[in-house]
Amino acid sequence: MSAAATYVCRQFVEDVTAYLDGALSDEVVTLVEKHLADCPHCREYLRQIRSTIAITRALTETDVDAMPSDVRARLMQAFLEHRE
Amino acid sequence: MCAYDATVSDFSDDAYLVKALVAGDPDAFAYLLDCYNSALIRLAQQYVPNRAIAEEVVQETWLAVIKGIDRFEQRSSIKTWLYRILLNIARSRGVQEHRSIPFATTAILDDEPAVDPRRFRRLDPRARGQWKRPPHPWADPEQHALDNETLRSIRDEIDRLAPAQREVLTMRDLLGWTAAEVCDALDVSEANQRVLLHRARSKVRAALERHYDQGREL
Repeated sequence: MSAAATYVCRQFVEDVTAYLDGALSDEVVTLVEKHLADCPHCREYLRQIRSTIAITRALTETDVDAMPSDVRARLMQAFLEHRE
Repeated sequence: MCAYDATVSDFSDDAYLVKALVAGDPDAFAYLLDCYNSALIRLAQQYVPNRAIAEEVVQETWLAVIKGIDRFEQRSSIKTWLYRILLNIARSRGVQEHRSIPFATTAILDDEPAVDPRRFRRLDPRARGQWKRPPHPWADPEQHALDNETLRSIRDEIDRLAPAQREVLTMRDLLGWTAAEVCDALDVSEANQRVLLHRARSKVRAALERHYDQGREL
């Protein structure tokens, strides 16, 4: 049995983070890409992980407000006083 | 090539930014506040029980930065230096507030699969490890991201993560830090930060899958 034939979906879902980080060896990347070319379900899984990252990132745009202006003014003042 | 222009300040260059801070340039400090205040609040919320305390911790961090900038030796980036100051202050506050403190190594050893093993074939030796119940495509996930219910389901899942996983996910995926920056800030190996990120992302994906599958069945 070839090495490629032993690379299965269950392995891909564990390798996906290292794959996206570029942290897999060239040899494993070849296996992953061959597998992705043949497996629509793992291509879907990869799409979902990418969407997960994008959606998580979207949280940053929604729920931290700008610094209140009085706090900002006080910190700027503290900076200037300390530097004098 | 552009001529040198002293009025153009490249604060995105750490070495330049530090020089400007030490020289007392208020624009440099304003830049620092603009770039990092939200990120620091987000991070502080990992270690203290509520938003109000997180804001106090961040203000204390900025005061420590003002006092400590002369001693910053640039062995790390400004980003990770700020984070370390925040972490020290947040941890001492976290202890005062009786909340457990995450340490990045504690959640690494338990072996949690990214996907429920029952969703893969196990018995047929030629098909072992292939999908039995594959993921259903998500309907236009980018657009759904804007709906509040989806955001809430993802935020709830992040809150339920083991603290070390949540810490790494916050840095990598919410704040967009690189693997190297996370390793530097938390003093963990690249492999360990990746395991934590992998577990965290896999759980958030699973939560989104439940959310979308529920929508499909309706």
